[in-house]
Amino acid sequence: MPAVTETREAVEKLGQSSYKWGFETDIDMDLAPKGLNEDTIRLISARKEEPEWLLEWRLAAFSAWQQMEEPKWAKVAYPPIDYQDAHYYAAPRKKPGPKSLEEVDPELLRTYEKLGIPLHEQALLAGVELPEGETARPPVAVDAVFDSVSVVTTFRKTLEEAGVIFCPISEAVKEHPDLVRKYLGTVVPAGDNFYAALNSAVFTDGSFVYVPKGVRCPMELSTYFRINARNTGQFERTLIVVEDGASVSYLEGCTAPMRDENQLHAAVVELVAMEDASIKYSTVQNWYPGDENGRGGIYNFVTKRGACRGARSKISWTQVETGSAITWKYPSCILQGEGSVGEFYSVAVTNNHQQADTGTKMIHIGRNTRSTIIAKTISAGQSDSTYRGLVRVLPKAYGARNFTQCDSLLIGDRCGAHTVPYIENRNMGARIEHEATTSKISEDQLFYCRQRGLSEEDAVGLIVNGFCRDVLKELPMEFAVEAQKLLQISLEGSVG
Amino acid sequence: MTQFLDISGLCARIDADGQEKEILRGVDLSIPPGEVHAIMGPNGSGKSTLSYVLAGREDYEVTAGSVTFQGKDLLEMEPEERAAAGLFLAFQSPIELPGVNNANFLRTAVNAVRRARGQEELDAVAFLKTAREAAKALSMAPDMLKRNVNVGFSGGEKKRNEVLQMTLLQPSFAILDETDSGLDVDALRIVAEGVNRLRSPDFSALVITHHQRLLDYLVPDRIHVMAKGRIIHSGGPELAKQIDSEGYTRFLAEAA
Amino acid sequence: MNAIIKQPSATLVPFKARLDAITDPARKAALGALHRSGLPDRRVEAWKYTSLRFLNETPLVAPSEEFDAAQARAELDRLGLTAGEGADLPRLVFVNGRYAPDLSVPPQNVGLSFFGKTEAFGTLSSPDRDALTALNAALATDGAEITVAAGVDAGRVLLVSLGLADEPVSFHPRHSVTVEEGARLSLICVQGGQGRYLHNPVMELSVAANATLNHVTVQTESDDAACLATLYAQIEERGSYDSFVLGLGAALSRHEVHARLNAPHAEVHVNGAQRLLGRQVGDVTSVITHAAPDCRSRQTVRNVLDGQSRGVFQGKVLVERIAQKTDGYQMNQALLLSEQAEIDAKPELEIYADDVKCSHGATVGALDDEQMFYLRSRGVPEAEARQILIHAFLAEALALIPDAMAQTLAAHIMEIRFPVTGEE
Repeated sequence: MPAVTETREAVEKLGQSSYKWGFETDIDMDLAPKGLNEDTIRLISARKEEPEWLLEWRLAAFSAWQQMEEPKWAKVAYPPIDYQDAHYYAAPRKKPGPKSLEEVDPELLRTYEKLGIPLHEQALLAGVELPEGETARPPVAVDAVFDSVSVVTTFRKTLEEAGVIFCPISEAVKEHPDLVRKYLGTVVPAGDNFYAALNSAVFTDGSFVYVPKGVRCPMELSTYFRINARNTGQFERTLIVVEDGASVSYLEGCTAPMRDENQLHAAVVELVAMEDASIKYSTVQNWYPGDENGRGGIYNFVTKRGACRGARSKISWTQVETGSAITWKYPSCILQGEGSVGEFYSVAVTNNHQQADTGTKMIHIGRNTRSTIIAKTISAGQSDSTYRGLVRVLPKAYGARNFTQCDSLLIGDRCGAHTVPYIENRNMGARIEHEATTSKISEDQLFYCRQRGLSEEDAVGLIVNGFCRDVLKELPMEFAVEAQKLLQISLEGSVG
Repeated sequence: MTQFLDISGLCARIDADGQEKEILRGVDLSIPPGEVHAIMGPNGSGKSTLSYVLAGREDYEVTAGSVTFQGKDLLEMEPEERAAAGLFLAFQSPIELPGVNNANFLRTAVNAVRRARGQEELDAVAFLKTAREAAKALSMAPDMLKRNVNVGFSGGEKKRNEVLQMTLLQPSFAILDETDSGLDVDALRIVAEGVNRLRSPDFSALVITHHQRLLDYLVPDRIHVMAKGRIIHSGGPELAKQIDSEGYTRFLAEAA
Repeated sequence: MNAIIKQPSATLVPFKARLDAITDPARKAALGALHRSGLPDRRVEAWKYTSLRFLNETPLVAPSEEFDAAQARAELDRLGLTAGEGADLPRLVFVNGRYAPDLSVPPQNVGLSFFGKTEAFGTLSSPDRDALTALNAALATDGAEITVAAGVDAGRVLLVSLGLADEPVSFHPRHSVTVEEGARLSLICVQGGQGRYLHNPVMELSVAANATLNHVTVQTESDDAACLATLYAQIEERGSYDSFVLGLGAALSRHEVHARLNAPHAEVHVNGAQRLLGRQVGDVTSVITHAAPDCRSRQTVRNVLDGQSRGVFQGKVLVERIAQKTDGYQMNQALLLSEQAEIDAKPELEIYADDVKCSHGATVGALDDEQMFYLRSRGVPEAEARQILIHAFLAEALALIPDAMAQTLAAHIMEIRFPVTGEE
């Protein structure tokens, strides 16, 4: 106990200076006036040169949203949000015409460089420093979203040759309208919940991925989100459709500048997996969490859902949540196809005054559907973290299986860690197992590591990474390394 | 005074369930460089406490006495500083670290200690080579480096893992706290050989044990009998056999 | 779910006439909260899985003070309380919520009074938070008040509730049990009845330092009844409260335990088992609050669900900031015997102290195929093999009851309802 306290105090002095992504980019912006009404939506739709059907869809979502109330069941508290006091469209001014790296504002490129997101394909292909033992690192295609707009998407040619569509959703609306119209809102309907309805009304950009039959996407796809402008909300929308026998691995990262005010991020992600298809969706969420007094930070109210429509399809969510003032997020799987598989691997770290209420929903509809949930929660400072997860087995899901493991680690005695699983089973042939533990880093473990020469901080880092291992190992290599460092940094600000 | 390890009048207590318990009541002990000493004694005599206090466990409060290690005040140092200075404790019950890869842990520890000693850090390849050789010498299954630290290890595997760590960390002074308990004869011999390999003029050890058996393989220079928080008798290696046949009664009576 | 949203007061329709007639200020206070909230619907998180629609709008009148003594005795016979193991136990029998002295054999070594005389509401319950407790506070007429003096081992006391309803009635007994310092009591509650009624007891249990209260409830109410019970227990230093509920009867039942570990080294066990069939809904809910360091809580609840029955388990373990070194364990298991049966479980940990050891587990499944096969390969017919495995599953839960006699009694009542050899 005393050992932990000391380190905590020592490191707390570091404060939040450890959020090294908190810089601001000075760039010329096209900003819609503050406020949310039908005119705002018409403006967004017009700016994006959208077809009539999409405007209608947005307006319907908006009118549904106006009838809805903010959900209150999550264990998070925040002052009322004034939805009229924000900009719903913010985009870097750019010249018209097709996007290529040369045309992108160099200031923007520098921003992504600073964030460690390589947008220059050449630089990437030339090969970055490789970790020991690794001979070649496959390139990653990146879609960079700055405030509301996709800035650039790399490796499009390579992907096109494989038949994979990877582009901003605003572009997909124009180039592949039938595909977008066929799938948009079919997993997360426009009126699904308060934030999803809001997103449907005002979403500005996001990524679209389409992998045709039998294609294994030749590289990892990645979207990097950056909120920059003041007083804006970010509402991106991602749609990934993977056809029979195809597969894709998709990564999502995000950061924001340090600001005193709270900013809203209400994204929607929809995944569709057909027969024998597989989607791996990984997130490292590192939005600005606010300062050590709980000032500022992103409200991350996100709806992510995947539909395993085809037999033996598989959707796997992996998330490392270290950022945001408030996280409200439940990446879910609708397991419709016979023998389909849903997975959810999560590490959620909260520190200072952060609040997280996150988990998953596994809805077993088809026969022999399987789901696995591994959730690791780490609370430090005066933060509160809740795992909330639903496993629902419907009457036709004979042979459904679920295994859930939730572990919480508390660091310090001013934080809270909570576990709220919901288990609803209407099938006698289903088997559901749930385990949860809450503990702290034991003095024995700390002492053992220190006896072997590790500093206390390294010892805590090692133990915490060990605690999260089952989740981290699900991440693609690049992300795993980044996530591991991120964990260490997030905890530096807390305990060590 | 040996200028290596000198313990003088060491008293320590622990706060157990709100009650303070005096465990060490004036331990005097000196170990010269290059010597292996053994401590034997009945249960509850304070042997393990002595090892924890030397390694710097914070639950114990030192109330009197001093410990100098290679001229430095050991009691002033953090546990990791003691490790860097060359002190190694082989735990009686090695701690499990779930999710922490054994090889990764060993490398982190070795490099932390090397850094502190001003030595160059080992890269992954060089480290793994050394670690594999050391593991093989201890007849450890190759996969033990890949498994999580002590998780799911049998009692014997844990003890071997302790000796493996000792081999790699190259301490100048090792405390082996009942490293023989839970080992069968073969394992005992392998572990003792592992320790014997380290024996040199620059390596000293304090072996805590209940049994003469280990001392057959690991012949100590001196044997000390500990009871009620003090060293009550010291002698040569022959003392082990005497204790084995007569028990501690005579020493206890003499001390009283 | 998409029922028309009712005004809070609309849910009180079955009790309206009686509630309107209340004049007593203490009861009126409870009523105020109740009028504001109404009875909970499924939008209330704590009632997410259990609907009170069963109560519908049929008026539930106050039962008359008269009852058919022969019918009551027959019911006691049916419950197996007049022969065998339990026959000689001192007993307090309540019929329709009122003490029935003619059927009772008061225990000798406890202090005894009745709510009907004292009107003492106690301090452990929270009518402002729990609507059913407020309803009880408004309408309570009687109840046992048992006190075991310091250092006394009061042995066993049987507390029997019979509901005997010719027309739909509701009764709201208010019991309290105080076990003073170093004292012991084994309390065995048996609930049975005939006809359509609502049994809405509130029980306050106070366990002083070093005291032990073992408490078993066997609920085998009328198939047409609702039993909505709320228990509030408070346990002081090194005190121990061991609670077990066996849920067998009633169309709708909820056994809700609020246990508060109030001082160091206190211990609580909140165990239970349910065996349901037909369209029964059985809900076992608990909130265990660790409000002091070094306390221990244990919970194991097992459900066997047949027909179209639905089992609900909600178990919350709340560890307050002060409650360091908490040791909490919770396990919920369900066995589904039919394709229409359903289990809803919500085992919840809410933890604010860092030096704790808390875990929970839940499993849901059908009878183990391998075990079935093993038994059948040894010549046991399928139906019997099923019975053996179901019985074993529940027997393991019943084995948690520390008082051997209470255990036997509970097992016996279960056998009366589910004969081991006969058809289900």
